[in-house]
Amino acid sequence: MKLITAIVRPERLTAVKEALFKAGVQGMTLQRVSGHGGQPAVHEQYRGSSYLVEFHDKVQLTIAVSNPFVGPTVDAIVRAARTGNVGDGKIFVQELEQVVRIRTGERDGEALTPVGTPGNAATPASDGAPGGAAGLAPV
Amino acid sequence: MKRCTPTDAHAARPYARVLGRALPLVAIAAVAGLAGAQGAAQATDTTARLTVAVDTLWVLVTGALVFFMQAGFALVEAGFQSAKNAVNILMKNASDFMVASIAFWAFGFAFMFGNGTGLLGLHGWFLQGPDTSPLTGAAYHGIFASLSWTGVPLFAKFFFQLVFAGTAATIVSGAIGGRVKFPAYLIFSVVMTTFVYAIIGHWAWGGGWLSQMGFIDFAGSTVVHAVGGFAALAAAIVLGPRIGRYRNGKVNAMPGHNMTFAALGVFILWLGWFGFNPGSTMGIVGDPGLVARIFLTTNIAAAAAGVASMAVSWLRFGKPDFSMTMNGLLAGLVAITAPCAFVSPIGAVLIGLVAGVLVVAAIPMFDALGVDDPVGAVSVHGVCGVWGTMSVGLFGLPALGAAGLFAGGGIHSLLVQTLGTLSMSAAAFASVFVLWSILKATVGIRVGAHEEIGGLDVAEHGAEAYVPADALAEPVLVGVGD
Repeated sequence: MKLITAIVRPERLTAVKEALFKAGVQGMTLQRVSGHGGQPAVHEQYRGSSYLVEFHDKVQLTIAVSNPFVGPTVDAIVRAARTGNVGDGKIFVQELEQVVRIRTGERDGEALTPVGTPGNAATPASDGAPGGAAGLAPV
Repeated sequence: MKRCTPTDAHAARPYARVLGRALPLVAIAAVAGLAGAQGAAQATDTTARLTVAVDTLWVLVTGALVFFMQAGFALVEAGFQSAKNAVNILMKNASDFMVASIAFWAFGFAFMFGNGTGLLGLHGWFLQGPDTSPLTGAAYHGIFASLSWTGVPLFAKFFFQLVFAGTAATIVSGAIGGRVKFPAYLIFSVVMTTFVYAIIGHWAWGGGWLSQMGFIDFAGSTVVHAVGGFAALAAAIVLGPRIGRYRNGKVNAMPGHNMTFAALGVFILWLGWFGFNPGSTMGIVGDPGLVARIFLTTNIAAAAAGVASMAVSWLRFGKPDFSMTMNGLLAGLVAITAPCAFVSPIGAVLIGLVAGVLVVAAIPMFDALGVDDPVGAVSVHGVCGVWGTMSVGLFGLPALGAAGLFAGGGIHSLLVQTLGTLSMSAAAFASVFVLWSILKATVGIRVGAHEEIGGLDVAEHGAEAYVPADALAEPVLVGVGD
């Protein structure tokens, strides 16, 4: 299991969400964040004084997935979030020790299978390997 | 303004009859029998001066209430749009009134109320020229004969008319929000208050051709609101919809960012309307009962329209729709603006109910037609302005100076009202369409896609309405003008 953290442009969020849903990933948690990367600072002004805004508004998605879903999830985000300009964001993939679904007490792979999915039928669009599907938010 | 009596068409003082004015004469008649010649003259003088003072106070205070509607528009428009465009919409609301204050003083007021032809006024630039206000009627000599029915000083007449011009201009700002270039909007504001609003308004309020036909628009359902609303329609069409408004042939909702602002704005507008309509008597001593009637009809029409739009949206969309109900309240206020002085409370309720239904039908219709109007200005001010003006010809009571169809007054008034509101709306639409097309070909009217997505606040003004995360740290100053 992996924890995927993606930081994307706010205006790409709709496209990212649609791409993830299409890839069978339905569980995600969103945060509004501000960040600094390679994107140049913006000049703003306040009553005659000019100052730099160095942190840009971004949206952070946190997604827990079983191993077969890691590739499709990352691919979907990259495809949908990319504009080609500096400031498109980053994706971080980390090991995930344990997942618990609070409602049922299910753990790990079972806890990552979306509600309403019969058995373990959910498979990633790309490799077709069996296994748990995307994680449910919140992580 | 406010032509009341169809039969009084060419007179420069349609109100004198309703308000029982003719200022010094009334006072003389009232006190002549009470005292000797000397005392009578003094009492007459005192009464006359008091009458002017009270009427002037009324006009200025209600004018201030109408000015406060600028705050209402600013809040409604900011609340109904994205946070990233809030500074821009506030800037537009402030600057259109700044521009109007100067442009309407310099030229607009003369085009609208100065003596001239049936099409436009030609005297009184910069408020200069002979004027014997507050004398009225036959005692008045000057270049603003179309306002000689009200016994207040010229500057009071001007201020009251100025805040109306500012209202007409600011109606447009919301409808074109989220994508318009600020310089283009500034130029538009100048042209709107100098020419479009003023010249079209002259037809109805300045002694122009429509007033000579007996067209009545008490406080401006058409002169202010339909003109503003159809100007907004033209501007929104030329400008095109915001990015993301239409996707895959579907209308995509782009919710506003602060419903608390929107509600406060609507309440402020509602309050302001108690200046807009009752103040349009431009005097209170002559007929306080009329003023009280207008308070009642104005309020009850707003309430009825709010109820209707709430009910219809509830039935149609499954839940009582907040933003639709707010638009419905405003639609009722717009609709009752023309007929407020001529109808019974029952008439006002019916006028409001129809306005509330109309606005719920009109907003999705314009959405489907591809007109992106973030605040519903075209439906509220345009559609319901036309309806309100026509309703004078349906519900107007002959005893109050309007011959409505339902009051047995025949069809004539309805036809004149319809002709008037449609011709003024069409003139506003056409002239503003041409204006924005010219602006599009010259200075440009639309920000780039990158600027639009990032928000007009940063792109156009280098500022944000709400504190950015950077405020957590010390600001990185780069010096003035850097």
